[in-house]
Amino acid sequence: MTFIPHTQPERNEMLAAIGCAHIEELFADLPSSIRNPRLELPDRLSEPELARTLKKLADRNHVPAPEKSFLGGGCYRHYIPATVDFVLQRAELYTSYTPYQPELSQGMLQAMFEYQTMICQLTGMEVANASHYDGATSLAEACLLALNLNKRTKIALAPALNPRYRDVVETYLAGHNAKIVPDKWQPDNQADFPDLVDDDTAALVVQTPDFFGQFEDLDGLAEKVHAAGALLIVVTDPISLGLFRPPGEYGADIAVLDGQSLGLPVSFGGPHLGVFATRTSLLRRMAGRVVGQTADATGRRGYVLTLATREQHIRRERATSNICTNAALSALAASVYLATLGAQGMNKVARLCHAKAHYAADQLAQLDGCVINRHSPDKPFFKEFALSLPRPATVVNRKLLDDYGIIGGYDLSAEGKGFDDTMLVSVTELHSRAAINQLVSAVREICA
Amino acid sequence: MSEPTLYELSVPGRCGTSLPECDVPEVPLPDALVRDSNGLPSLSQQQVVRHYVRLSQHNYGVDSGFYPLGSCTMKYNPKISETGARLDGFAEAHPLQPEHTVQGCLSVMFQMQEMLKQIGGFAAVSLQPAAGAHGELTGLLMIRAYFRDKGEPERYQILVPDTAHGTNPASSTMAGFEVVELPTDDKGNISLRALKAACSDKVAALMLTNPNTLGLFEQQIEDIITCVHDCGGLVYGDGANMNALTGIIRPGELGIDVMHFNLHKTFGAPHGGGGPGSGPVGAGELLRSYLPGPVVVNAPDSESRDETYSTAMPHSSIGRMAAHFGNFGVILRSFAYILLHAAEGLKNNAHHAVLNANYLKARLAQDYPVPFDRTCMHEFVCQGRPENTFARAFDISKRLMDFGFHPPTNYFPLIVPEALMIEPPETEGLETLDRFVEAMRAIAEEARTSPDKLTMAPMTLPIGRLDEVSAARHPILIDPASSNSS
Repeated sequence: MTFIPHTQPERNEMLAAIGCAHIEELFADLPSSIRNPRLELPDRLSEPELARTLKKLADRNHVPAPEKSFLGGGCYRHYIPATVDFVLQRAELYTSYTPYQPELSQGMLQAMFEYQTMICQLTGMEVANASHYDGATSLAEACLLALNLNKRTKIALAPALNPRYRDVVETYLAGHNAKIVPDKWQPDNQADFPDLVDDDTAALVVQTPDFFGQFEDLDGLAEKVHAAGALLIVVTDPISLGLFRPPGEYGADIAVLDGQSLGLPVSFGGPHLGVFATRTSLLRRMAGRVVGQTADATGRRGYVLTLATREQHIRRERATSNICTNAALSALAASVYLATLGAQGMNKVARLCHAKAHYAADQLAQLDGCVINRHSPDKPFFKEFALSLPRPATVVNRKLLDDYGIIGGYDLSAEGKGFDDTMLVSVTELHSRAAINQLVSAVREICA
Repeated sequence: MSEPTLYELSVPGRCGTSLPECDVPEVPLPDALVRDSNGLPSLSQQQVVRHYVRLSQHNYGVDSGFYPLGSCTMKYNPKISETGARLDGFAEAHPLQPEHTVQGCLSVMFQMQEMLKQIGGFAAVSLQPAAGAHGELTGLLMIRAYFRDKGEPERYQILVPDTAHGTNPASSTMAGFEVVELPTDDKGNISLRALKAACSDKVAALMLTNPNTLGLFEQQIEDIITCVHDCGGLVYGDGANMNALTGIIRPGELGIDVMHFNLHKTFGAPHGGGGPGSGPVGAGELLRSYLPGPVVVNAPDSESRDETYSTAMPHSSIGRMAAHFGNFGVILRSFAYILLHAAEGLKNNAHHAVLNANYLKARLAQDYPVPFDRTCMHEFVCQGRPENTFARAFDISKRLMDFGFHPPTNYFPLIVPEALMIEPPETEGLETLDRFVEAMRAIAEEARTSPDKLTMAPMTLPIGRLDEVSAARHPILIDPASSNSS
């Protein structure tokens, strides 16, 4: 089946109007020697055959219930209210494109305007764009903004930054004469942040809660970074912002985060949502789409894409970025999520995550040979912590899965750096006390 | 319209969902880290639902009607792809799960890599880029790394035709190159003379959109590619217009060294109001080892009846372009789309997209002048200024809304004054195209007899023409009503 409506009489009528005898004639400009190749593709599937094929492939994945998985590391399974997918399935929204024609796109434009507003409230920043691809590419764009702004040559990354974010920043910066310090991912490096900054530093990037789930002490940091002439970029977790102080309160210049936790499924890593917020003074250097409020000739309120002179379709090689298609529908999901939970709901989700993660950590800490956050035991944490075990994390995870049907925390041996016996355990509001107790007793039995 | 904003609807104390009570002991919070208020609005669930239902009623998508937005390929998005992407086994699969627990996802990705290799004629494909422009940046960073390894880092120029999408020059700058613009000749092709003059040992690559944004296939494509290769440069293909070529020509066989696909254009994934998209990159032998990763590879397991897969980084990889594997949910939708179509179906798509465009061009040309008037591919560019009128493409677009259509792309490509770039994808039937022709002809007549109708448009929507100038001059980028909530 295809979705082409043309009948043979209609094709004939159209060809006659064009003045040609056969569709093939329309392709005469194409080199004939390589035209019409034989494509080795699978045979065509009918719709029911496709449905069966997809179901079979989906069933090849082992996807445990949310409370039987403790994986996080930047992607989290939080509860998604039914309102979110209800709105995402409104075809007027998801089958539209970038709202270049505002009068036909008021729904999406107002939703993006509200998204920008809620992101600014949540992060404590002044302006936000209408999305990047994911948290890591938001951060890479923030680093490019800083390098272009102050014409300096170094980006300083806090040691406990998510290593995947670091990877993406490294890739993006390859085209620029920029140096990343420290030159390798050193999560156990306890250097003071201001020591990472010198006269060549364009920006300092700090993640809080960091990759291990721990809060960094950011009080007074922005002043020191600014005194050195650099920007402070803060990477954060959106659920934490329901309860904890946002980057804006610490004087951050740019706040970035991955918005997947706000109503998006983990979906094997994408699509997620790159959130980017900054101060008004950097607005014209910000990448991406921005929606503004305006009015029609009779004074009725409406919304348009604005400040497009920053963007590639107007400014071409002098644009702030190349970004065009972004993650608008993901931003819509985040908006519906935030609107549904609201002030109270976001506060409560953050409290539940915090309480349950601490319950899990306290229980696990009582097991022989288990240590919580061994590399920095004194820092407070949010919904994730590093659990060091008396056996290799790889072994413990394999037994958890094979014998208990539990997917354990992210095995940090994959990252090297002496974390072979450590896993990153993530706990959300979806983990009941009973599910946490099951994990604890399973780890006890495995490590006994 | 004037739908109140979320903040205007907010009543402190309301909440749109219920969450479980805490079943573990409360722990003290680190007080110094706790904020006073999170600044979010408070609404009941019904308020939230009505708000978004009303917003959707003020939006126009492909499922609302004809959406001939040029270079965007606004074709029908099959519903079964939506159902498939929502299967728990896909939606709830975590990217950091052990590989043996996500063989279904890896199988989808492996098969998709293979199918795109076939369709594009490439040696290898990476699915990581999240959009077309992201794919462009990827390809240019690969080219950069290639010349670094080859000992020719002094190649700093990217040749970009003046018809190119704005993303091409912007991506070039982001990848650290300098842009050299190439003019278009009187047939709508890249000027071969200008190209020859520009080719030198400073050139890293030509970025080529083919068919170009005039909807025209480069008639000297083989000479163009040879010319660039002869000076030691590479050719990047912008695959935005691939819908005209699926099953007809493989860009890799033409000599394109690296190219991105737009899954949300050519392969039926929805555009989402501006993403998420997916921009996989295919490469020939020269560049395949530079692709971003991880990519999915075969990993035979004698104990499994099914094929088994693993992930790996190509050996000279530029690294990661995204935190994980790319936009898997979008990739899955296009995977489903290709399985529904197979080779013959994809070729049929190209045939009918090109048939539709040539039919519309033939029927509109008498009212709307077509520069570079020759057989077009999947789209064409005409001038939104009927003869003997002072109409503007902008006004014609606004007036089309009153006739129930989404306007074409306006004022692009930049080399055509009052450009209207019209792309009628293959899923649109003859009666739709004819209604569009009638509307365009009626508007041309209005332009001659009652031009006010154009400049006043749209007149039948809940909102009139919006003041974009003052929006940019005095930006209001967050809802003033939100200031009460913090």
